[in-house]
Amino acid sequence: MLQIRNLHASINGKEILKGINLTVNDGEVHAVMGTNGAGKSTLSNVIVGNPAYEVTEGEIIFNGKNLLEMKPEERAHEGIFLSFQQPVEIPGVSMVNFMRAAVNAKRKHDGLEPMAAGDFLKVMREKRKIVELDSKLANRSVNEGFSGGEKKRNEIFQMAMLEPRLSILDETDSGLDVDALRIVAEGFNKLRKPETSAIVITHYQRLLDYLKPDIIHVLIDGKIIKTGGPELALEIDQRGFDWIKKEEGL
Amino acid sequence: MSSELQYIEIFDEARQMLDRHSAPALNALRDEAFEDFKRLGFPTQKVERYKYTDVPAAFEPNYGLNLNRLNIPVNPYEVFKCDVPNLSTSLYFMVNDQFYDKKLPTVSLPEGVVVDSLRKMAVERPDIVEKYYGKLARTSKDAVTALNTMLCQDGLLVYVPKNVIVERTVQIVNVLRSDVDLMVNRRVLVVLEEGASIRLLFCDHAIDDCKFLTTQVVETYVGENAHLEMYDLEETHTKNTRFSNTYAEQQTYSTSVIDSITLHNGMTRNRIDLSLCGEYAEVTLNGLVVADKEQRVDNNTLIDHRASNCQSNELYKYVLDDKANCAFAGRVLVREGAQKTVSQETNANLLGGTDARIYTQPMLEIYADDVKCSHGSTVGQLGEQAMFYMRQRGIPYEEARMLLKFAFASDVLQTIHMDALRDRLNYLVDKRFRGELSKCEGCKLCK
Repeated sequence: MLQIRNLHASINGKEILKGINLTVNDGEVHAVMGTNGAGKSTLSNVIVGNPAYEVTEGEIIFNGKNLLEMKPEERAHEGIFLSFQQPVEIPGVSMVNFMRAAVNAKRKHDGLEPMAAGDFLKVMREKRKIVELDSKLANRSVNEGFSGGEKKRNEIFQMAMLEPRLSILDETDSGLDVDALRIVAEGFNKLRKPETSAIVITHYQRLLDYLKPDIIHVLIDGKIIKTGGPELALEIDQRGFDWIKKEEGL
Repeated sequence: MSSELQYIEIFDEARQMLDRHSAPALNALRDEAFEDFKRLGFPTQKVERYKYTDVPAAFEPNYGLNLNRLNIPVNPYEVFKCDVPNLSTSLYFMVNDQFYDKKLPTVSLPEGVVVDSLRKMAVERPDIVEKYYGKLARTSKDAVTALNTMLCQDGLLVYVPKNVIVERTVQIVNVLRSDVDLMVNRRVLVVLEEGASIRLLFCDHAIDDCKFLTTQVVETYVGENAHLEMYDLEETHTKNTRFSNTYAEQQTYSTSVIDSITLHNGMTRNRIDLSLCGEYAEVTLNGLVVADKEQRVDNNTLIDHRASNCQSNELYKYVLDDKANCAFAGRVLVREGAQKTVSQETNANLLGGTDARIYTQPMLEIYADDVKCSHGSTVGQLGEQAMFYMRQRGIPYEEARMLLKFAFASDVLQTIHMDALRDRLNYLVDKRFRGELSKCEGCKLCK
């Protein structure tokens, strides 16, 4: 599904990613762990095409298409979704208008008619149950006045609405209490299908206990220095990253 | 004095014609207005209130004037079908400065309420017109008001007697119609007696592809416990120049809402000069400007707190693109003795491109010591983070921009008390941002 080859990227002239190689196949969940400032969020932003970041070398192929030539919205239409570490508040834009614009833009890309208003509200009602979001959500402005937990649940709700092929969860567990974390993680699991994949960026094992990733990557200083099975995450949880750095001679 | 000269000459030559086609109450103020106009001359940009608008240049071109009251053939009902869904209004037309009386709304107004030609009412109801006409709009202070008072021959009178509540919104569509470039001098007088209430919706349209220059002077008297809502919506074209001076006075326990919305225009200057004369009066002054191309909008307001325990709320928002060049100057004056005043003034601006320009000047002058007042302004661009967030969800760039602009404008629209009108304006603003000229569905004129 996704092939990243020798990816280099920088922000404000400073190189953050220094040659990332990563392959994600259908149905796989990958976890990316690493120290603060290692480049985890940069990686997710570059995949979705945040214009603040500049790709200086390498390529990203998604289902056979060159992602780096696409605008952020085109990448979204291809089925890439980012659950933001810090979801943006957009005062004055209601959730319902926001989601309708997003869903219908995707439908247009897929050659489908816009969804009828009644059907759309029905779908919204069903999907918000997945993450136990309030029914008043539709009329509220996007993320405005949402608590930290609500914002993250709202990200998963949007994921449910857009049904992406590849989801990237950028520290979706940060700022969540135990119950909210469970709701978010269970919501995500309900949305999993054999043909969908995910990249989960996290510092902690707790989220991974729920999501059960297939492959763990360790990202340090802009490079993936170690890849392993689920047991690697457990080891990191107990021993930190220093031993890996030593092992790799860093 | 070059710009003034043509108006001085016109007045000298056409004085009798002006009088003949008007009414005594209107004619009575012409001489004094003329003297004031000659003395004042058009304000240059060195005059603080006119800092952002080149008045002499706007009045320089040679426009035609219909002083002889030639009938301009038009049937506004045929050409204008402004069907705001769920908004049933009592619909009236003004063709240029003239009240259109060939066909009037079938639903009658409550007894004693007048919505009619100012010229006609100056004769039939001199008790109202002579008492109020020209009393607030002092010609000694403003050359445009002086010029309007010199030349105006007709206009609109809205009168609501004591304790009468007009439930149905009164909509007045100002249609600019001409085959040659035309100057229009329109006058509006609104009088609400004690306890009276009315909601007025003015819509300015220009239906011919000529250059229009309009001066409009509005006087509103809001009596004790009276309630006025006045929405002023301009959807003209880029060849239109509008100078509108509104003078308003409110008495004890009165409330008013005045909204100025400019959706499409050429050059517009709106001045609102409002005095809170009685205790516990409240005013909400809102404005929304959507401008692009080379459009200019200059809103200049004064809220004068003369009495204690009054409240004023002012919110003006501008969404500018291309080479739009606009200004907001809002002065709130709290006079000595106007204790317990609560006042808030906000101007927020969104610039879509690097060539758009806004001059913003919120002003607060306080001469009382027990008041709660704030003022502020912001100028910004569309949030990059919000743009990226929306695009990540698949919303295309232009659509995301549009949604954010609309969101920015929405809190001004939220203050509109009337659901159907609010929905309609939401719709028009949305269309405006989509680049479609905001026009009423079914309006055959705004091509």
